[in-house]
Amino acid sequence: MFLSEVASVGGYFYLVPLVVFFPVAGLLINLIFGGKFSEKLIGWVACVAPGLSFVLAVLLGISLVGHPEGVTVPFVDWIKLGELELPWAFRVDTLSVTMMLVVSGVGTLIHIYAVGYMHEDVRHNGDPSRYRRFFVFFNLFIAMMMILVSADNYLMLFVGWEGVGLCSYLLIGFWYDKGKDGIGNAVAGKKAFITNRIGDFGFLIAAFLMFWYFKSFNFDVIVAKAPEVAAAAPGVILAMTLFMLLGVTGKSAQLPLFVWLPDAMAGPTPVSALIHAATMVTAGVYLVARSYSLYVLVPQAQNWVAIVGGVTALFAATIAVGQFDIKKVLAYSTISQLGFMVAAVGMGAFVAGMFHLVTHAFFKALLFLSAGSVIQGLERGHHAVEHDPLLRKRLKSEHHFDPQDMRNMGGLRNRMKTTFWVYLIGALALAGIFPLAGFWSKDEILAEALHLNPLVYWLLTIAAFFTAFYMGRQIIMVFFGEPKSEPSAQAQESPAVMTTPLVVLAGLSLVGGFMNLPFIHTFTHWLEHTIHLEEVEAAAEATPSYVVGGLNLIVAGISLGLALIAIAIAYYFYTRRAADLQKVPANKRPDDPLRGVLGPAFSVLEHKYWVDEIYWAVIVNPYVAISRFLAEKVDWAFWHDFFHEKIIVGGYNGLVWLLSKPIDTSFIDGIANGLGQGVQELAAAMRKIQSGFVRNYALSVFIGVVVIIGYLVLQLR
Amino acid sequence: MLPVYYYVALSAILFIIGTLGVLIRRNAIVVFMSVELMLNAANLVFVAFARYYQAMEGQIFVFFVMTVAAAEVAVGLALIVAIFRTKQSINVDQINTLKG
Amino acid sequence: MTIQYILFFSLALIAVASAVGMLISRNAIYAALYLVLNFATVAVFFLLLQAPFIAIAQVSVYAGAIMVLFLFVIMLLGAEQVGPQQAIRWQRPVAAVLGVILLAELGYILLSQTGVLPGTSTEIAEAFGSPAAVGVNLFTAYLLPFEVTSVLLLVAIVGSIVLTRFGRTNGEEGK
Repeated sequence: MFLSEVASVGGYFYLVPLVVFFPVAGLLINLIFGGKFSEKLIGWVACVAPGLSFVLAVLLGISLVGHPEGVTVPFVDWIKLGELELPWAFRVDTLSVTMMLVVSGVGTLIHIYAVGYMHEDVRHNGDPSRYRRFFVFFNLFIAMMMILVSADNYLMLFVGWEGVGLCSYLLIGFWYDKGKDGIGNAVAGKKAFITNRIGDFGFLIAAFLMFWYFKSFNFDVIVAKAPEVAAAAPGVILAMTLFMLLGVTGKSAQLPLFVWLPDAMAGPTPVSALIHAATMVTAGVYLVARSYSLYVLVPQAQNWVAIVGGVTALFAATIAVGQFDIKKVLAYSTISQLGFMVAAVGMGAFVAGMFHLVTHAFFKALLFLSAGSVIQGLERGHHAVEHDPLLRKRLKSEHHFDPQDMRNMGGLRNRMKTTFWVYLIGALALAGIFPLAGFWSKDEILAEALHLNPLVYWLLTIAAFFTAFYMGRQIIMVFFGEPKSEPSAQAQESPAVMTTPLVVLAGLSLVGGFMNLPFIHTFTHWLEHTIHLEEVEAAAEATPSYVVGGLNLIVAGISLGLALIAIAIAYYFYTRRAADLQKVPANKRPDDPLRGVLGPAFSVLEHKYWVDEIYWAVIVNPYVAISRFLAEKVDWAFWHDFFHEKIIVGGYNGLVWLLSKPIDTSFIDGIANGLGQGVQELAAAMRKIQSGFVRNYALSVFIGVVVIIGYLVLQLR
Repeated sequence: MLPVYYYVALSAILFIIGTLGVLIRRNAIVVFMSVELMLNAANLVFVAFARYYQAMEGQIFVFFVMTVAAAEVAVGLALIVAIFRTKQSINVDQINTLKG
Repeated sequence: MTIQYILFFSLALIAVASAVGMLISRNAIYAALYLVLNFATVAVFFLLLQAPFIAIAQVSVYAGAIMVLFLFVIMLLGAEQVGPQQAIRWQRPVAAVLGVILLAELGYILLSQTGVLPGTSTEIAEAFGSPAAVGVNLFTAYLLPFEVTSVLLLVAIVGSIVLTRFGRTNGEEGK
């Protein structure tokens, strides 16, 4: 270890490996000894681990203040193979520490929440032994995410990338025996993993190209060498960045690989909050920000990234309008907001993208956790109703009660006060209402977009309009109006262990925006040390008047106005119209007031443009058919049965028969046996010489004598 | 003296007669006597050449041959007596248990 | 010279005839006696060849001791107890043929080598072949073979006693 050298730099840099090893220690303790722990102790261990990582991340941030250009802390040698030298080193710079703070900070809060959530969950869904497994996986995720953000080369980043993908799979399918047909959750986990894999393929191709041309994976090397490689082989950088875009669409759920995220809602709510809102899905954004030196060299790739982000943002926002599941709305909202972030870093507005990443982590985690609180409130109400004989009679029907369906909710404002207020703050932050966090970050993106890529600006603005609309719709459907089901009327507030993190996150959503106020730009200056904006500026000179500072009042005004209009429309539909619709008899009443206005368009939105069905028909089914054909016809029938069995085995057997019967048995054995036979017969013949008569022996001696003398006589001649 | 060839020829004739005796006669004792005849023929040649070259070595050799022949006869006849005790016959053709 | 030839041929005739007689006589006693005659004839030849000591030794050892022994054994075992049947029918003809061949070979050698060895002088030392000469050679040049031969005789004595002794007892306690 060269930590001693690093220690001479000062600060707490040398402690950075612990940021990974604290969660690893937590998970190992829970894994090995958790069987004997009580639930409380498991929860404590699991929460303390990321908490310690957060403390360490804070210390690292403080150390960076004095040493802002960042430090690489080598840890161990990993690969040493010819030209390739990959040590496991930790990169501590402003960008990675930002991510570390977000992951560990929000992660710790979510862990604390999860202690309460899972306690109730394992009782409602049965099987308390799953509690421990949950926290082992949760800590594993934090560890993997830390590896991802602290890596100093692309391959180490990929290790973390894969690791979080694995944890996502494990946690989505946490209730592996539940879901549609008893395997629905496992199928969702599989879908997430496979879709991510397609993205990983893109990432790997980019990594291979990187090694081929840069002979290294290290960030610093690539930042330094990027211009000369671009000059030498221009198409390569473009290929690299586009393949990386494929990886980003997989991990950050953009078009066309976003389909796994809504299905991932099958996992517990803390999982959705941590992984699919705050951290894992932002890995793609982080990747693009890290690779800024490559992207600024290829404006076409930048354009592609921005367009993908913008279209995804709008597309997902429209789908969210038609969803009834509380978590699905938030899932599509996440996809949409990720589109904002990807568009931002694609355009070149790296700081804006990272800023939105941080604020989004706050309010989206808050929203998800609060949604979990609402769901559990409904489950508690359902539980209470089931056990109360009086109320039982008022249960609408005997069919399975879905606590996540917003059509079963309503009027929770009075019954779950804390949840209501924090949810409201989160929703307003997401909609971008002044002065909450979302306003500042979203506005910065829009301001940059106006100058860098006007098309994307319009896409994002319209998406922002829809964002405000569906959040308004959700708030009104869930918290206002009359309770639409008995459990909703009997819903109970969540315990303090769950509501306290919510309050903390709500506070962050309120003040988080002040991180990067215009004219002050604290965050921009912080990130400048890593993302050298002079380069970005130089590259962006091709596009007109890129302005770093200043608040663009027009943009802010338009976006704020649109948001308020959207909320007003939502209020109109879901309060007035809903009340009117109550007069229509129950069997003819549409479940959503929008159906009357949009008609079949609403069905399209509700069925999410049938994207999954199209994918199944166009991609998956033909693929399965081809592989089945190849397996059954080509591999089994032809290759195995015909070629292998008949030709090879049959031929071989025939040859063996030929060799054994006529050649070996008849011929060779004949020779061998014949030889023995011949020797025996010869011996039998020769045996007659041994007559036993002495006179015969004497005679042979005499014959010999005669012969020899005869020979000598002949010699005489 | 006569040319030595005469003696060699005579010795050869005696020798061949002795050999025929060994091969033809079935009485073991007669076979033995034929062997003595052969030895004797050899002795004759030795002495003839001793006279021819005027060297005593030939006669000395005959002396030893005689000695050895005597010893051999003693032992051989003892053998024949011993065999006679077992087989009750001195027919050499009956001593054929080493038949292959 | 002529006397020598006559002497030689007549003696040779007797020798060969007695040898043939030994060969063909059915009775073993007769064969032995023929052989004795043969030995005596050969003794006379030794005399002619200036080997008096050897001649006397021939008579006394060969004809006197060895043939007597033969006769004793023949009489001990009973004369001719061999059946008339031949066990190997082809033995006689083959032996005869071979004998003829050998004779022919030897004849050829002798006839073709007539001039190789030149004749030798009839003059010879008086003491040649005398016992004194034999004795001198025996006890000086050929002393070792002399001693070894004595050991050989000892072995023969012991051997013949051993062979005949245990044969007699044949399972009983031997003397």
